[in-house]
Amino acid sequence: MTELTVNGQAHALDADPATPLLWVLRDHLNLTGTKYGCGISQCGACTVHLDGAPVRSCVTPLAAAAGKQVTTIEGLSDDASHPVQRAWIEHDVPQCGYCQSGQIMAAAALLATNAAPTDDDIDAAMTNVCRCGTYQRVRRGVHRAAELARTQEA
Amino acid sequence: MNRRRFLKATASSTGGLVLAFHLPALGNARPFDGTDLAGEINAWLVIDPDDTVTIRVAQSEMGEGVFTSLPMIVADELGADWSKVRAEYADANRSLREDRVYDRMGTGGSRAIVHSRPYLQAAGANARERLVRAAANRWGVDPQECTAADSRVTHADKELRYGELAAEAAAIEVAEVPIKTPDQFTLIGTPQRRLDAPAKVDGSAVFGIDVRVPDMVYAAVAHCPVMKGKVRSFDFSRIADRPGVLQAVELDGAVAVVAEHYWQARTALDVLPIEWDRGVGAGTSSGDWEREFVAALDGDGVVAHEQGDTTAAFATAASTIEADYAAPYLAHACMEPVNCTAHVQEDRVDIWVGAQNPESVLAVGAEAAGVEPQNVYPHTCFLGGGFGRRSNPDFVREAVLVSKAVGRPVQLIWSREEDTRGGWYRPMAALRFSAAFDADGNPVGWSNHSVTHSILAGLRPETVASGVDRTSVEGLSEIPYAIPNQRVTHTIRNTHLSTWFWRSVGNSQNPFARECFVDEMALHADMDPLAFRRSLLGSEHADMLRVLEVLEEQSGWGAALPAGTGRGMAIHESFGSIVGQVAEVSVSKDGAVKVERVVSAVDCGHLVNPLSAEAQIESSIVYGLTAALYGKMTVEDGAVVESNFHDYPMLHMADAPKMETHFTLSGGDKWGGLGEPGLPPTAPAVCNAIFAATGKRVRSLPLSEHDLSWS
Repeated sequence: MTELTVNGQAHALDADPATPLLWVLRDHLNLTGTKYGCGISQCGACTVHLDGAPVRSCVTPLAAAAGKQVTTIEGLSDDASHPVQRAWIEHDVPQCGYCQSGQIMAAAALLATNAAPTDDDIDAAMTNVCRCGTYQRVRRGVHRAAELARTQEA
Repeated sequence: MNRRRFLKATASSTGGLVLAFHLPALGNARPFDGTDLAGEINAWLVIDPDDTVTIRVAQSEMGEGVFTSLPMIVADELGADWSKVRAEYADANRSLREDRVYDRMGTGGSRAIVHSRPYLQAAGANARERLVRAAANRWGVDPQECTAADSRVTHADKELRYGELAAEAAAIEVAEVPIKTPDQFTLIGTPQRRLDAPAKVDGSAVFGIDVRVPDMVYAAVAHCPVMKGKVRSFDFSRIADRPGVLQAVELDGAVAVVAEHYWQARTALDVLPIEWDRGVGAGTSSGDWEREFVAALDGDGVVAHEQGDTTAAFATAASTIEADYAAPYLAHACMEPVNCTAHVQEDRVDIWVGAQNPESVLAVGAEAAGVEPQNVYPHTCFLGGGFGRRSNPDFVREAVLVSKAVGRPVQLIWSREEDTRGGWYRPMAALRFSAAFDADGNPVGWSNHSVTHSILAGLRPETVASGVDRTSVEGLSEIPYAIPNQRVTHTIRNTHLSTWFWRSVGNSQNPFARECFVDEMALHADMDPLAFRRSLLGSEHADMLRVLEVLEEQSGWGAALPAGTGRGMAIHESFGSIVGQVAEVSVSKDGAVKVERVVSAVDCGHLVNPLSAEAQIESSIVYGLTAALYGKMTVEDGAVVESNFHDYPMLHMADAPKMETHFTLSGGDKWGGLGEPGLPPTAPAVCNAIFAATGKRVRSLPLSEHDLSWS
């Protein structure tokens, strides 16, 4: 049994500890917001937070998450009120939407450590692939989310 | 509609070609299962007592925005309060049972709005008229004196909400109601945020891979490394004892392993010994094909277009130029690898899938399961990208066959590696262009021969009997430039790889070559590339000339740029829309290319939703640029080499250009598509800009294969 906390809820899982966290979240816990894109840490569709830091869950074995706090897109906020989620709606960012859980988790992790990222900061942190090419709106969304977060705190 | 007719209709709609237009019935449609949907005014919309309007969308939402733009068309006519509108998928099974009430449900060819706008307007107008009649009946007044807007019918000081009228409206029959003309639109043309965005920012949107059905198991699949190869044998006993593993199922040239969880299936498949019969493709290589395609350019080809006397024009020319171009096979690489969930029962088949054509899903499901089509129920999900790939239901067939073999609901998922190597590629092509000029430098002759792997030869062989696949000569058989003598010929040359429609189809490679060659002609004529094109566009191309004008103005065309940077342009009309683009690139001395900016000028006639229209142009640029920079499927010993994003790379945000999109709308009867037309000009604009920056002419893609260093 592997014990971990996902979105604030404790779980004990009877799965091979080598199973990527991605498939544990999706198939064992039915948290399907985290997506499979490449399986080799290239695209970021599977990005979740492990103790607050962004990780690619497709190459993170379940064992590496043991005893840790996992946050998925479903747990980012209760009501899509996270500044990144609000900015994404405001700027009409998603197209097909498949990569957006990962984009949002990557952006939220960036803003948690950098309240006012520059374009270069965004380029360095946001390496998630989007085949719909939403990059321009993702960039605007990150800047807007930073503004919203500052306003929220003020 | 009988089964045979339906199968015929769906078979011919899988590829995205035009079928005869017809207005679907707008009768008092009722769900086939007898559910009493009191608020269903017609098959396209339901109004609840609380005024919520649910509008059925018969096309697939793969990012292009149909879950917003198509409801906008209905809601505009309906006079609905847009804040109360929601979207849901139309039911393909119902469409089968009700004489194709949702018309053609396939999504492709940039035609969702172009094709369905008239009947969606009619559906909205029909419902509005019924609501007005219902209110007028209640009040005992003339319906002509009533007004319908903001989800209310009003007459003098009386007012009824649509939600109060829906049940009565549903029972009223009306004759055909006139639809609005563009000057009467209130919602169409206004920027509206996507209705599906909220579900796509909190993880709740259900894509095909997210479907969870009780008792469901998972399948991982491996296909023969060489397409068209077969399974010789496999040894299930070697994986039978692994945790969760249930069964292995042999498919056509593939083996699927079924397990309780996907990762169990996937890891078991990785160690399953499979002997393949590599088939006819073994021993081939893409390097050989490239040489063979170029050699075939020396042949005559079949005439696809001819005007004037090209032979004479070249014989008497003061000068001529010639150049060969090439484009490789490309995978679609949708973010969501293809997958399908199927549950085959004795008298019923359910299929949950993100597909571009639920009618072909239905037809394939019936055939694979061996049931009557009316017993197949496709449940369309959101698509994690489509780009043409998801109009092919090959993976649906596999899921149905595996579920049938296992007797349980099965979710079959292709790994990224299978998805990349699984074929249905954009065809490879070689193209030769020659131009003849008179003594004043005016082009008087145009000759073009293309050698291309045919898509339709596999899908609808009868359409290529002449020796020309019309999708292979898109952008070649008709060129906008006024050159008096033209000869365009074509040769079909196929390999064992499977080919399919890839965003903008033949327009994805042909305008690349054509628009680069036109720049070569401008150089030869010692003219500015934009001025040269303008000089070759006659007055019948007024829309294209206006696009050029906007492009020139907005891009700052002609302004000086520093060394190592360059500006290039291209223009092309496809899917009813004209798109011109100017790309600005910088090339480092060691040859690293960065596309800094792409300015687009677009004439699609009318806009339904400017927000999603701009997004589609940006999307097409990124998709086209990704292919131009990196995209190529390499084949060695018959097998595709590339497998995942490390060797089939994708553009990242740091490499994405700044994009500016300007719409110049000609209006009138013109309604052009937008899902694809933004792609064709990108590669040539970029390559022409690279020439301006470095003096190096790129005649084959991808750019990653070229040394672009300069000093």
